[in-house]
Amino acid sequence: MHQAAEAPPPRGIAQVLAAGVGRVVVSIFVPVVAFIVLWAGFLFLKDSGAPKIVIVVVAIVWGIGGVAMLYVVANWLVEKLPPVWSGRILPFVFVGPAIAILAFYLLVPAILTGWASLFDANGKEFVGLDNYVYSFTNPDMITAIRNNVLWLVFGTLFSTGLGLAIAVLVERSRLDRLAKTLIFLPMAISFVGASVIWRFVYSYQPEGQPQIGLLNAVLAAFGLGPVSWLTGEPLNTILLIVILIWGQVGFAMVIIGAALKGVPDEMLEAGRIDGATEWQVFRRLIVPSIWPTIVTVATTIAILTLKIYDIVTAMTGGNFNTQVIATLMWKQAFTFFDAGRGAALAIILLIAVTPVIWYNLRQFRGRAI
Amino acid sequence: MRRITWSRVAINLTVLALVVVWTVPTIGLFITSFRDKQAISNSGWWTVFTNPQGAFTLDNYEKVLFGGDGLATAFLNTLAVTIPAVVIPILIAAFAAYGFAWMSFPGRRLLFITVVALLVVPLQIALIPVLKAYLAIDLNGTFLAVWLAHAGFGLALATYLLYNYISQLPKDIIESAALDGASHFTTFRRLILPLSMPALASFAIFQFLWVWNDLLVASTFLGTDKEVQVMTQALVSMTGSRGQDWQLLTAGAFVSMLVPVLVFLALQRYFVKGLLAGSVKG
Repeated sequence: MHQAAEAPPPRGIAQVLAAGVGRVVVSIFVPVVAFIVLWAGFLFLKDSGAPKIVIVVVAIVWGIGGVAMLYVVANWLVEKLPPVWSGRILPFVFVGPAIAILAFYLLVPAILTGWASLFDANGKEFVGLDNYVYSFTNPDMITAIRNNVLWLVFGTLFSTGLGLAIAVLVERSRLDRLAKTLIFLPMAISFVGASVIWRFVYSYQPEGQPQIGLLNAVLAAFGLGPVSWLTGEPLNTILLIVILIWGQVGFAMVIIGAALKGVPDEMLEAGRIDGATEWQVFRRLIVPSIWPTIVTVATTIAILTLKIYDIVTAMTGGNFNTQVIATLMWKQAFTFFDAGRGAALAIILLIAVTPVIWYNLRQFRGRAI
Repeated sequence: MRRITWSRVAINLTVLALVVVWTVPTIGLFITSFRDKQAISNSGWWTVFTNPQGAFTLDNYEKVLFGGDGLATAFLNTLAVTIPAVVIPILIAAFAAYGFAWMSFPGRRLLFITVVALLVVPLQIALIPVLKAYLAIDLNGTFLAVWLAHAGFGLALATYLLYNYISQLPKDIIESAALDGASHFTTFRRLILPLSMPALASFAIFQFLWVWNDLLVASTFLGTDKEVQVMTQALVSMTGSRGQDWQLLTAGAFVSMLVPVLVFLALQRYFVKGLLAGSVKG
């Protein structure tokens, strides 16, 4: 602020002072008003007894307007400074909020979690790598890791493979538009919603009672007894993975389908003229030319499977040995309040996804959205 | 005359079969949501075609929306969480992306590399530390807490994607705006934001879907208070506590799907781009 007073050419000392003081007063006044408005909004949202719909509208306006206002006010303040200083500070008005939020929500927590994973349940006593040893020796955890591997392998393989197959088929079919929309649609449904849908496929009633689950009804139609699908491992995990596949095949199909359109027809025709069978054309010509897209899709789904949480929570709550790393992490942290073990599991997740994301980004780089 | 080949018929039949397999579970849910409790537990949903008794009632919807589960409240809460949780990170990320792309300042490279590196951090890592911080300042259970959390978890990706887009905008227009005396702020507001609309829309759709369907972040930072809980939480608590109240569960699930499915059908094209863009969400 001192620079602001020194910058103008020499005038009467009183004038300079007045202008400077005026600027300072305004510069303080505006942010203070902005802050009061935001604070009032916050208090209203926190404790108001107003009808829900009013609160929701206020929340939306306050949240979005507040953030926009912070930028406008900060920019306004910085532009009041002499050019040299505003030039130096302005970039931080632009990138500063993002950096601050990322630091608070990801960077610092990652460090804190890494640190906490070396301590006991209360975070008091240093235990070295005990939590990691526990994570790889406890039977529950070993089952969870096995399940995550099942998710990773089957989820990724079948979602991508089926997506590829359907994309190729649909392209040659006359039902392409309808088929694409309907197969893609589950993508818009939450895993929680999808789990409710699939409960009506897997539902089990003891023999003799009417089966309301589709699978058991099909079995009954063939004269077979009902199966309790979700209680026996590892079949139950496989059946949960089916839900993921149901949701993700559409994604794979659409992305791979877009890539298929870019494969030149002449190349395929040339292959056919040379006597290649359709399978050889697919295997030797189509797949190699869309390989980068297949890798992107596969790594994307792989990341999803490693962090899978919702489907397991909504279908079985992690019971019957369907638990995965993310559900155990939640349990350790928020049910057993074992901060150390929860943290170790989170770090294990980080280590598991890092190479996949790195690989995904390498494929992604240079491709604009 | 068109020659009908067997392979063509086979392909069409296969595709049709796939479509049926893919759609039947959802149709089952839809039909079930209109059946009364008795009918649901006594017979499969497919029997409505032969025996339509108890097959059509709106009671389930009425009960689940305005009864003890209060899904109407949860629906409004989901809106209140989702809209700002989509707009706030996009706004912040767009500012940051412009800053990284078109402003020079010390530490720019290092900061940008940090942002990209943070893409690998799964949000599970942040749950406990952030929750502790929230509890310390009594922020937990507020919408603000969830907005900022979603902003934080989506920001690395948003910044990275928007940077890719904004840094590719033609240099000339940005420089000529500066020559005309436009400040960075004006350039950003008048030029960059409108020009980046496709990228912003793609990310917005992805983030919308992500936030609307999220369970983990909401469960952690909103808690179990019915006044603020979102629909995914309400549904999970229904499956857990009264897993046998099928009729309410199905109606509730349908209500929760309505908005994303409509958005999906309306904006399918952007959707694809958004999904591709969001592939590495942390």
